[in-house]
Amino acid sequence: MANGYLDMKLLRFTTAGSVDDGKSTLIGRLLYDSKSIFEDQLEAVETASKSRGNEDVNLALLTDGLKAEREQGITIDVAYRYFATPKRKFIIADTPGHIQYTRNMVTGASTADLAIILIDARHGVMEQTIRHSYIATLLGISRIVVCVNKMDLVDYSQDVFNKIIADYKEMSKHLDIPETDFIPISAKNGDNVVNRSENITWYTGSPLLEFLENVEIKNQTSGDFRMAVQYVVRPISDKFADFRGYAGRIAQGTVKVGDKIKILLSGLTSTVKGIYNGKQELPQAQEGESVDITLADDIDISRGDYLVGDNANIPSVGKEFTLDICWFNPSPMQLRKKYIVRHATQEIQGLFTEILHKTDISTQEKIEGASELQLNDIARVTLKTAGELVYESYKKNKVTGSLVFVDPFTFETVGAGMIV
Amino acid sequence: MTHLNELEAESIYILREVAAQFQKPAILFSGGKDSIVVTHLAYKAFYPAKLPFPLVHIDTGHNFKETIEYRDALVEKLGAQLIVGSVQESIDTGRVKEETGYNASRNALQTTTLLDTIEKYKFDACIGGARRDEEKARAKERIFSHRDEFGQWNPKNQRPELWNIFNGRKNMGEHFRVFPISNWTEMDVWQYIYKENIELPSLYYTHTRKCFFRDGQWLAAEDCIKRRPEEEVVEKEVRCRTIGDITCTGLTLSKAHTIEDIIAETAATRVTERGGRADDKRSETAMEDRKINGYF
Repeated sequence: MANGYLDMKLLRFTTAGSVDDGKSTLIGRLLYDSKSIFEDQLEAVETASKSRGNEDVNLALLTDGLKAEREQGITIDVAYRYFATPKRKFIIADTPGHIQYTRNMVTGASTADLAIILIDARHGVMEQTIRHSYIATLLGISRIVVCVNKMDLVDYSQDVFNKIIADYKEMSKHLDIPETDFIPISAKNGDNVVNRSENITWYTGSPLLEFLENVEIKNQTSGDFRMAVQYVVRPISDKFADFRGYAGRIAQGTVKVGDKIKILLSGLTSTVKGIYNGKQELPQAQEGESVDITLADDIDISRGDYLVGDNANIPSVGKEFTLDICWFNPSPMQLRKKYIVRHATQEIQGLFTEILHKTDISTQEKIEGASELQLNDIARVTLKTAGELVYESYKKNKVTGSLVFVDPFTFETVGAGMIV
Repeated sequence: MTHLNELEAESIYILREVAAQFQKPAILFSGGKDSIVVTHLAYKAFYPAKLPFPLVHIDTGHNFKETIEYRDALVEKLGAQLIVGSVQESIDTGRVKEETGYNASRNALQTTTLLDTIEKYKFDACIGGARRDEEKARAKERIFSHRDEFGQWNPKNQRPELWNIFNGRKNMGEHFRVFPISNWTEMDVWQYIYKENIELPSLYYTHTRKCFFRDGQWLAAEDCIKRRPEEEVVEKEVRCRTIGDITCTGLTLSKAHTIEDIIAETAATRVTERGGRADDKRSETAMEDRKINGYF
């Protein structure tokens, strides 16, 4: 079909940056040069730029959508941006980079496959560069691309670029950094963003967009089948009188009609009778798909239960956990206070029993002896829940390994955790 | 998985979370393509059970007749429950005051009717078809978006939303707006309509209509828009890119007769779909301002 690409792949990436390192300009450039910005949006930005006395069109105004952000000229919250090329569709979680917005960075990173870290070529690797890399690593992002920006302001110097690579590798040594690539760019002038730079002839790698179009991302389809039951579909009609469908999104692996499965918590087993997506019956389904599964046996299963592959490698079941958490709320995290714990489709009461150590977000040093956590703190803690949860480490599976904490009085989302 | 499979799976997951987490959820149905896609996704999410949400239409009284015909046929086909909140009734009972003049629109009045309807039926979650690519304030909004007891959105204090864990907890009198197709673009919506062969109101396809030209766009020559003496009515081949109330729906000159034509046109166009929406042009932050007060 002309101009319609029905079978593209999706790549979600996150960007973090501080006030002046050109992050919004970079995103504006990606959208602008890939022709994802429309004339009326550009006109609106031109008008807004002029009324603020900016000489050039301020591409940052494309992404800074809230009134407060436009007034202050900063990014406060996570903004989601979309663009597509003939090869891929992209979702950008655009986050502010300053330390006071750590929670926003953590939020943006939670759904990303890849992180873009920006470095100002004039300033080199800074504390925030490593901090952003640390957050990406903590949230299990499997690929990092470091863009060395403002190359035009250092005469497109290869020496400057190489020194930054060496410094970055040295200063991030203590982190469990995934595969990393480095690209010299100038977001303002468009060097190596969408189009290859004519000023940086010594760089032979891909421009950023070409890199993003082709980068391979690891997925979790290889593991054993896991699905948390979200909802039980029970039609009240004669035609489907005996239909009982267990609806959910497959967190890992593949499931086929005829497969033996185990139900957790009960430990009972059954066989997959049917797999449905709406009216469509499927022979099998894989990680990421939302399906409705019927079983051969009549078993009591409800929201919060898990269907898993019936083999030796099943998830753990327990009430006590060690996890890394990030605190999101101005009111501090207190030990022994009861919070609502949300984990996949389960909801349960829980309390923190111990703070093993806080992590200094700037230096990544471990600090022991903390008795409570403040907004934006990251720490390793122990948690006890009122009942059993089906879980795995976050490294193994992001669905069974992640938790969100809700205040039982304000109902605000106050923290997020990753099981170690 | 392709991008459309992945987007569909995410949206169905969100719709099932709504059914599981709320007592009385509803779909806000405008008759536009986005709410049609949301309704289609909800149908798939719970099949063979019936739609667990009623369709709520906030009716400005200034609808294209094709929208209403389509709405009624869909409700019939799905065996769904339809609830209509009437802006005319809000005007008649003095809840709101109608704008006057050439650019009068009932768009802003809908907020009161919507909030009154939510309160009357005690809806605790209203599912909408808004997408983040539509508008810069929407780009920052959560999928589960909290509203206080005045129906207000607080953009500066939104709950962090991580992974696919959605927090629908709230106090009495508060509610949520939920946007299952937040991550879809206009192109995704059209591609999905094509892939799933979803029926649409005829307004989306090119047809001959009496129109007039104002502020750089074509509008339908209907009685609910007061025309200036110099605004001449002509017949044009047009279609709608988005469908709202007649007073704020710009018409596009087009020769698109099929979904494939529309996809090709969408790919080539250089103006956003809301570029034809008079309601967004009122100020730089028109959408944010309206959303804060409880708008869709």
